[in-house]
Amino acid sequence: MRVLRCADSALLVELADLPAVQALHGELRESTPDGVLDMVPAARTLLLRLDPGRCDPAAVERAVRDVRVGQRRGHDGGLLRVPVVYDGADLAEVAKLTGLTEREVVHEHTEVPWTVAFGGFAPGFGYLTGGSPKLAVPRRGESRTRVPPGAVGLAGEFSGIYPRESPGGWQLIGRTDLEIWRTDREPPALLRPGVRVRFEEVS
Amino acid sequence: MIEIVEPGPLATVQDLGRSGHAGIGVGVSGAADRAAMRLANRLVGNAEGAAAIESTFGGLLLRPDRDVTVAVTGADSQLTVDGRAEPVNTVLRIRAGGSLRVGPPARGLRGYVAVRGGIAVEPVLGSRATDVLSGLGPPQLTAGTRLPIGPAPAEFPVVEHAPIRRGRDGDLELAVVLGPREDWFTEQAISTLLGESFEVSAEINRVGMRLDGPELPRAHTEELPSEGMALGSLQVPPSGRPTLFLADHPVTGGYPVIAVVTAADVDRAAQARPGQRVRFRQVTPDPAKR
Repeated sequence: MRVLRCADSALLVELADLPAVQALHGELRESTPDGVLDMVPAARTLLLRLDPGRCDPAAVERAVRDVRVGQRRGHDGGLLRVPVVYDGADLAEVAKLTGLTEREVVHEHTEVPWTVAFGGFAPGFGYLTGGSPKLAVPRRGESRTRVPPGAVGLAGEFSGIYPRESPGGWQLIGRTDLEIWRTDREPPALLRPGVRVRFEEVS
Repeated sequence: MIEIVEPGPLATVQDLGRSGHAGIGVGVSGAADRAAMRLANRLVGNAEGAAAIESTFGGLLLRPDRDVTVAVTGADSQLTVDGRAEPVNTVLRIRAGGSLRVGPPARGLRGYVAVRGGIAVEPVLGSRATDVLSGLGPPQLTAGTRLPIGPAPAEFPVVEHAPIRRGRDGDLELAVVLGPREDWFTEQAISTLLGESFEVSAEINRVGMRLDGPELPRAHTEELPSEGMALGSLQVPPSGRPTLFLADHPVTGGYPVIAVVTAADVDRAAQARPGQRVRFRQVTPDPAKR
């Protein structure tokens, strides 16, 4: 573990891998050190945002180093079923890149469950990991200026669902009608770190 | 109600922002110069985090439909109430149907208009702040926008005027702590950052400001996995020209951060104008005051 300072605004905790991030995030969510306002988990780091006026970064760092990561396997955020129509604009390209048929891409995407590792990019966007390694594909060479809400995509080891219309460079394989982000709902995001996701094909 | 007659280049509702939602990709947002907004609220007896109007480069004209008590802080602007000149950082009364004009500032960029009772638009995820990056919060103010005013607090204004040291013209000196990724840069880049001055470019908004000047070369050229970004981060893209992240900065980013501006100095940075020169002074991470 390396703990890096971001002036008096935050601490960036660098860990070995994503499971280590999820484990530490899970423990700190149960018992958050004083002065920590917010946490941003990512692929290899956990950013702790601090209350600068009322917080001693050194004390928070000591508290983080004292955390004993137990057997808690991340945070169980429940299971979300996501109905998908697999007619995305990049489905054929994904089949070509992976050496699978289009049907096999759909099979791999629906057969293996995913887990929301972290958020970012936009409100409600979740980076889904743990899916089929056969689906690892690079981003598109050029990003689209407009990706419709509900578009389901792949990039690297991740899958994701666009919460609203935005630019985007992920390979689009399908779409869902599920509203994954609504500010008038509590919680507003369906894809929160720890939530497991099962994609289901609908026609 | 307060009616926005003219919004100027950009006027939004801001408070101290949203905390606790970073894990689902929601940034803090809130006033770009939090110290100025807090002062405006204290002057009119509000809680420090009450929602106020953030005006960018003045040009704001508003008209209340009842008697209100207001204070304007932040950028050093010419104010008029019903055409009569009034000072900033002062408790002002506007009659129903009267008007307040916030002119273009002589110094600074962002002004804060606090109204006793606060701006009472509907909160989104616990905050009334407009986040221009994510689109959360109320839309930016336009001519004809009508803003509700909340109930007057129990506290009364305790001073009529806050004596504020006027910001000096010339170079802006900002305190930074190196890191978290200073080891991704050459020693030359670090000495350039701390020894040279940079110019605030025209690419400036609530998300951040691009700085022109000497390039900050990287020692490592591999890709950084995306990671959480702190307020005040100096993020350096492959061009070598740093961006200083302000209130509406993205929650995560994929370029290394060479240094972070201290929280207090982010407020001062938010008042920088295009063309102004900025220098960075290194401080230790643990302030001596603690």
